[in-house]
Amino acid sequence: MKVLILGISGGIARQVATLLVREGHDVIGIDVRPWANAPPEVELHQVDLRKRAAEDVFRRRRPDAVIHMATVSALSGSGEERNRINLGGTQAVFEHASTYGVGQVVFAGRHTWYGAAPDAPLYHTEGEPPRALDAFPELADLVAADLFASTALWRHPEMATAILRVCYTLGAPGSGTLSSFLRGPRVPTVLGYDPLFQFMHENDVAHAIVLALRKRLRGVFNVAGPQPVPLSLIIRETGRTAVPLPHPVLSRLIGRFGFPRLPPGALGHLKYPIVVDTKAFREATGFQHRFDEVQTLGLYRDAPVGGT
Amino acid sequence: MARQDSVKALVERLELPFNALGVDPYGISKSHLAWSGGALAWFYRNYFRVRCHGLEHIPRRGRAMLVGNHSGGIALDGAMVLMSLLLELDPPRLGQAMAEKFLARLPLASVWTSRTGQVTGLPEHALRLLEDDRLLVVFPEGVRGTAKLYRERHSLVDFGTGFIRLALKAGAPIIPVAVTGAADAVPTVANLYRIGRLLGVPYVPVTPWLLPIPLPASITIVYGAPMVFEGTGREDDDVIHRYAEAVKAQIASLIEDARSAARSAR
Repeated sequence: MKVLILGISGGIARQVATLLVREGHDVIGIDVRPWANAPPEVELHQVDLRKRAAEDVFRRRRPDAVIHMATVSALSGSGEERNRINLGGTQAVFEHASTYGVGQVVFAGRHTWYGAAPDAPLYHTEGEPPRALDAFPELADLVAADLFASTALWRHPEMATAILRVCYTLGAPGSGTLSSFLRGPRVPTVLGYDPLFQFMHENDVAHAIVLALRKRLRGVFNVAGPQPVPLSLIIRETGRTAVPLPHPVLSRLIGRFGFPRLPPGALGHLKYPIVVDTKAFREATGFQHRFDEVQTLGLYRDAPVGGT
Repeated sequence: MARQDSVKALVERLELPFNALGVDPYGISKSHLAWSGGALAWFYRNYFRVRCHGLEHIPRRGRAMLVGNHSGGIALDGAMVLMSLLLELDPPRLGQAMAEKFLARLPLASVWTSRTGQVTGLPEHALRLLEDDRLLVVFPEGVRGTAKLYRERHSLVDFGTGFIRLALKAGAPIIPVAVTGAADAVPTVANLYRIGRLLGVPYVPVTPWLLPIPLPASITIVYGAPMVFEGTGREDDDVIHRYAEAVKAQIASLIEDARSAARSAR
């Protein structure tokens, strides 16, 4: 199968590419960022997904399947640019996929889609609406991208579209929201709160995405591995020190004195849990995680240069 | 009388899927249970000298819904019911009550309710816990129950019907339970609703000594025989209402049993 991976230079996307090459697939990748030591079998195109050159890749290479991992969170992109990448990029993916006869699209979204709210069910299922968006407007473009991607289920019924809402990831060295949050030796928390966090090893995420592709999944699915763990234990088990501060104090300190830079709305995610129910995904794919929560935390803790 | 085993040892014997860090998939933590259970066990055994009847009606394993009455300003009765399950059952069980929604917003309260398995009172939580074969504890009167004044302590306010639909849907037996004495410990003479709102709680109970600090009144708990209703949970309101009234009547009768048990123990 000819698979086109968008955002291939990201940490997890590289692992997906490597797995697919190993399985004998032809892997093509698009990213504006370079991938220095990419396997020779991977055909890289260092172009912007929203530009003509990206459409040319679709037109000339005619992939059978597309894995869309070219979205950015509020931590790595800001304002209008993030909006353009997440929404403009996702729109381009589905337009090109439909125009050039792609049979299958996997959209890698995020479990933060559900939002963190004190009165929400602990385990979110796929039928729920997103919550607490007003408290965290920086999430709006990712929520919209996920919802836009799911319209492909009825707009392009000929295409098998899978929307995956993947929980936080940790790995060695690790990339993504939780890895960045835990990077420093001191990790801020909101005094009086200790929400459950759900995370899985990057390697397991890559396997889950490959499984979604192999099973030709259609629909919206939550993806997670081991059970959730309170944030305080994550901090302890990764060898960091928690610095609990009252909400009003913390909201003034984030981004300063070595604390991670977070949008103000993200503090809600340090107070209330976002945990997903993964029954549907496990039943549809038979997915089983290989790294449990303790192993995953240990690997992150022991990673060279402290998980950077 | 409650066993004198250490609470830590009892927590170790709980048949819950704790991971290597001592946390279960709902975020229940062994260390938080041992700590809070240890403190409450002292109150259970020495301060309120809780007497418990009808424990044989509670299944040792598998799903069940305990449905009880509230009184006494703060949910002391709920805490003592949970302690009776941990201290008196063999093997010990963890009752998981449906916590009031305001608790999830409050600092510290949100952590302790979550780490001890007292999840926010949502139908989704109730169903998930029952389907996981947990022991659910429901006080259908909610805050209107704890807000009862001293003179109303043996009465029951409106029950609602949601709990019946959930029990039917999950195929769980309902174990009625009555608690008396909580209102003697915290005899509410008035409730301050406006001050409560400012503090982020529904109300602040006022006792003759102003603060809701409990007296060492003796508390009695009586569990009744399981009630099993036929249905899927999709029945018409009048059917469900009839079932709810039957449970309410059973609890009212157990309250009388508890009162006479308390009288004869004096």
